[in-house]
Amino acid sequence: MSNKHSLAGRRDFIKQVAGMGVLTAIGPAMLGRAFAADKIVVGVIYVGPRDDFGYSQAQAQAAAAIKRMLGVTVVEQERVPETADVQKVMASMIEQDGASIIFPTSFGYFDPHAVKMAEKYPDVRFAHCGGLWTAGKHPKNAGSYFGYIDECQYLNGVAAGHATKSKKLGFIAAKPIPQVLRNINAFTLGAQSVNPAITTQVIFTGDWLMPVKEAEATNSLVDQGVDVITMHVDSPKVIVELCERRGISVCGYHADQSALAPKGYLTGAEWNWITPYTEHVKAAMSGAAMNNFLRGGLKEGFVKTSAYGRAVSEGARKNADAVKAKMMKGEFAIFKGPIKDNAGKTVIATGTTQKQTDVVLEQMNYLVRGVIGKV
Amino acid sequence: MDTSAIANSMRRMAEVLLVPLGALTAALVVFGVLMAAIGKNPFEVFALIYKGGFGSAFAWQNTLQRAAPLILTALCVALPAQAGLVVIGGEGALVLGGLSAAFIGAHLTGVMPVTTWLAMAFIAMLVGGAWMAACGALRYYRGVNETISSLLLTYIAIALLNHLVEGALRDPASLNKPSTTPLPESHLLGAIPGYDIHWGLVLGLLACVLCHVWVRSTVHGFALRVVGGNVRAARLAGLPVGRLILVACGIGGAMAGLAGMVEVAAVHGSANASLIAGYGYTGILVAFIARHNPIAIVPVAILLGGLNASGGMLQRRLDLPDATVLVLQGIAFLMVLASETLYGRAKIFQPRRG
Repeated sequence: MSNKHSLAGRRDFIKQVAGMGVLTAIGPAMLGRAFAADKIVVGVIYVGPRDDFGYSQAQAQAAAAIKRMLGVTVVEQERVPETADVQKVMASMIEQDGASIIFPTSFGYFDPHAVKMAEKYPDVRFAHCGGLWTAGKHPKNAGSYFGYIDECQYLNGVAAGHATKSKKLGFIAAKPIPQVLRNINAFTLGAQSVNPAITTQVIFTGDWLMPVKEAEATNSLVDQGVDVITMHVDSPKVIVELCERRGISVCGYHADQSALAPKGYLTGAEWNWITPYTEHVKAAMSGAAMNNFLRGGLKEGFVKTSAYGRAVSEGARKNADAVKAKMMKGEFAIFKGPIKDNAGKTVIATGTTQKQTDVVLEQMNYLVRGVIGKV
Repeated sequence: MDTSAIANSMRRMAEVLLVPLGALTAALVVFGVLMAAIGKNPFEVFALIYKGGFGSAFAWQNTLQRAAPLILTALCVALPAQAGLVVIGGEGALVLGGLSAAFIGAHLTGVMPVTTWLAMAFIAMLVGGAWMAACGALRYYRGVNETISSLLLTYIAIALLNHLVEGALRDPASLNKPSTTPLPESHLLGAIPGYDIHWGLVLGLLACVLCHVWVRSTVHGFALRVVGGNVRAARLAGLPVGRLILVACGIGGAMAGLAGMVEVAAVHGSANASLIAGYGYTGILVAFIARHNPIAIVPVAILLGGLNASGGMLQRRLDLPDATVLVLQGIAFLMVLASETLYGRAKIFQPRRG
């Protein structure tokens, strides 16, 4: 019996190798650039499904908006892992679909994947989400865009600060990295602007998509008396739905999740990627130089807040709107000294203000006073 | 060889070719009906699958690159299977192999690249092998089910990777994506010259051939298969069952560890959470379809790589969801596995006597 198996394997192999030669010979003749040259083809790559109510959906909304621009064709691919696969997907979009600008939207796509492809295809632009593009180190046809979403998390905090009765908030986060810590701190500072006694209990789940752990964390927070939760994970769906079922309030993240929690949804921190997408695509079409380091907050239209839910009081709306108006004018600083971390150490001295563009903020490694948890 | 012997061997050959081909055709028909049901032209879908996976030199490189890690992780399942064990924890050996290789690679920089690669491969195979051999030992000495233990050990391996990458081994410069210290540019394992495929493919092919020779053409390999066939008989025959089990698991784990080393040296340049890409799990599928035959793993991995490559084409051109290709894979593998019962059924393929 085993001899038969061995034969099967050997013959299958020979068959495959023979097939390989034939197919390779006739293949290129059948394959042409799929789209006309007078149109621009935009490739968008997502790490999760496009309808994840979160990170990938926020990007897909911008891709859908770009599709409506004149002369723009969009090709999309979802659930692409951060391995050699994503390099092949980028190359496929260029070679098979004729894409001349690629949006690799997951953080892990940048180094080495997008950088490598940018070196290989110098005529194609790579607009990456979140990467730290560095002049001299990275190719000129690669760049990054990102938004100061901590502004919206601060506003989430203000709404949460008004809504909480137990003065205990919860934050469910993936990993203790600077981007995430900045959101946790902004949320807490926003809530403490309403009542300095408010605390935020943090739970790190360890990875970006952990639905089971996220559900466990939500239940555990509610059982501890937490009555408003927000998060920084790839797909907030599970957390938002569970908060609604447990009867507590929730602030969204990445995209609008109000449909999942019609009673308890206060507001949410949303990306507005349409702004950077439009800028990159327009530049690519006109042949203008690529803006390699594109950043913006509420004022620049890179982020936005969800409409207030019905659980948000009149006073809370007024308070949050006042802060938002100041942010829109560029007159508000979230990280303004004195700020102490939760071990009592001063991290921002009195009189020091770290503006949104300050790179020190991109290296954050502490949790502010009132956050219960450890980095 | 007389004419009837030749005719008989032709019949056998026709059987091993036509049965899986028939299964694949049946799968395509079922999938085509599904596509038609959701309003897509099935022939357009087939044309795109061909174009995306096998239709050009570019598509072939895409396919082979995706197949490369699967070949090695499939061996991690196929080799213990020779000894009758169902080991499904290749992901853990891959992850830890990659991590240890990244550690060595980042610190052994003052030497020729090839020395670093050999050291990385050695340590990755050692760690991966030890990890899987632990499953074999648990099985042999303590009677712990190896399927469960290898799966659970994978969770431990992933937790270890995350813990070390985010803690003791973290490169302080890796802010938002915790990683180990990267290998210097000069020590990265490049692509096969002239192709856009990394050396993992060559290592995989080589490993398959060597394993095939070991399992099919050596006394040691025969002893291993005796253990897989009947442990009691093997013991009665005086075979060192425990050692054979440890060796099979160890070499399987070493292959998965090597896959991890290639991921680090050729793709990522450092170890981080991206190593957890599910190659270990896809390898289980490949090994089972290949009926644990080391050589058959190669075409099966290529078929799977091709389907994955063309899945992108379906998404981009027809706006189909990512799950489409998973559905096709599911149907295809169900058909191939079901077709196994057809061997020996059709009279026309059977040897004639007299």
